[in-house]
Amino acid sequence: MIDKTVASAHEAVAGIPDGATVMVGGFGRAGQPVELIDALIAQGAGDLTIVSNNAGDGDTGLAALMAARRVRKVICSFPRQADSWVFDGLYREGAIELELVPQGNLAERIRAAGAGIGAFYSPTGVGTELAEGKETREIEGRLYALEYPIRADFALISARAGDRWGNLVYRETARNFGPIMAAAATTTAVQIDEVVPLGSLDPETVVTPGLFVDRVVEVGERSWLQDGVFIGGVDLEGRPLAPAGSGDTEEAS
Amino acid sequence: MSAISRQELAQRIADDIPSGSYVNLGIGAPTLVANYLTEDREVVLHTENGMLGTGPAPEPGQVDPDLINAGKQAVTAVAGAAYFHHADSFGMMRGGHLDICVLGAFQVAANGDLANWSTGAPGAIPAVGGAMDLAIGAKQLYVMTDLLTKKGESKLVASCSYPLTGLGCVSRVYTDYAVFDVTDDGFAVRELFGDTTIDGLRDLVGLPIADFITTPSSGGER
Repeated sequence: MIDKTVASAHEAVAGIPDGATVMVGGFGRAGQPVELIDALIAQGAGDLTIVSNNAGDGDTGLAALMAARRVRKVICSFPRQADSWVFDGLYREGAIELELVPQGNLAERIRAAGAGIGAFYSPTGVGTELAEGKETREIEGRLYALEYPIRADFALISARAGDRWGNLVYRETARNFGPIMAAAATTTAVQIDEVVPLGSLDPETVVTPGLFVDRVVEVGERSWLQDGVFIGGVDLEGRPLAPAGSGDTEEAS
Repeated sequence: MSAISRQELAQRIADDIPSGSYVNLGIGAPTLVANYLTEDREVVLHTENGMLGTGPAPEPGQVDPDLINAGKQAVTAVAGAAYFHHADSFGMMRGGHLDICVLGAFQVAANGDLANWSTGAPGAIPAVGGAMDLAIGAKQLYVMTDLLTKKGESKLVASCSYPLTGLGCVSRVYTDYAVFDVTDDGFAVRELFGDTTIDGLRDLVGLPIADFITTPSSGGER
């Protein structure tokens, strides 16, 4: 019997060694595998290379992992945010390495790794400092730069639901990097709201087939859903809104 | 010479977006354009984090943390919306499937080069996001910007001094004084706002500027 479900987030991140390359899904808050990142912090692996769109914000999640000095290098498209003070400080101090990659090249390099592509020519970034030193080629009158795949030892992603085979469905724009990171890593761990019985996901709507997934952990329903239905009542970070009586809730009625 | 407001400029750009277009509006001022896309036109908005059919901000209390735009702001989904992963989303752009992209700029060069991701200031932490992909991704790239910097320098330049985002990618520049096409021969004015004159623009910009106002141009098609 195939059963990829594991009992805890700690089990889901077990075995990540020092020096590993770890992909972390999410775009901003949407799709961030918060529980898995926390488990990785507790697990203790260091000297990590993190592949993620952003480089952490505030003091939690990726920022906390970096603050604990466990990240050697970040490969991302947009490290600088209003509240990316942890990364900013480490970068200025020279304590963290940055490989800055245009977002679409980042996505395609991850996709290429999962799809067995050796390298590809992309028009994005040609003629800019981010393509300096890269092999270029003119194809049918357009300039391209050679881009190599980015693969990882582990991918940590988030989805809405899955079954014991690891078939996944996502939610809205929280899908972002999930499907391509799942395919690009040797071991893919997924946190989901709920494990559903095998056969209950419509095969027509499965987004990530279970073959790309190794470990699935149920972390409970996100607070803005109830039985899979959107109920709102939270801010963009998923925190409950101020109690009734504030201007916001009046307008919402 | 008088300049028009950000809102008036957004309205002016919206007027040039035909029904049926697939459009990406960049972070910042370009997102204002969405406010002026009237409902008699079906314009499908793409957001590069993975959605077509992006709708306006939700009512308070209806914010959905899973439903955001590329600026990480809460949005809604219109009827007919679709979600997809990042590689598909950027493939849509790189593959030339979007009709129009509207971006801000630090500088646009007379050959259509765009600089809008970094001022190159020493010590600044670099961040590019999707800027370079957006620059080369749509059939037409419109830039929405003030003509002048806060110091009064022209953002239309002979060649960009800031780090480049893309080569020869800009089709048209909508500024608060005038609309310019980027042609094989440099900038050409297609529309003046208020009491702006071409000679006045030439003084502000300090570059040769062709007069296309009475001659309908094919400039902007790429």
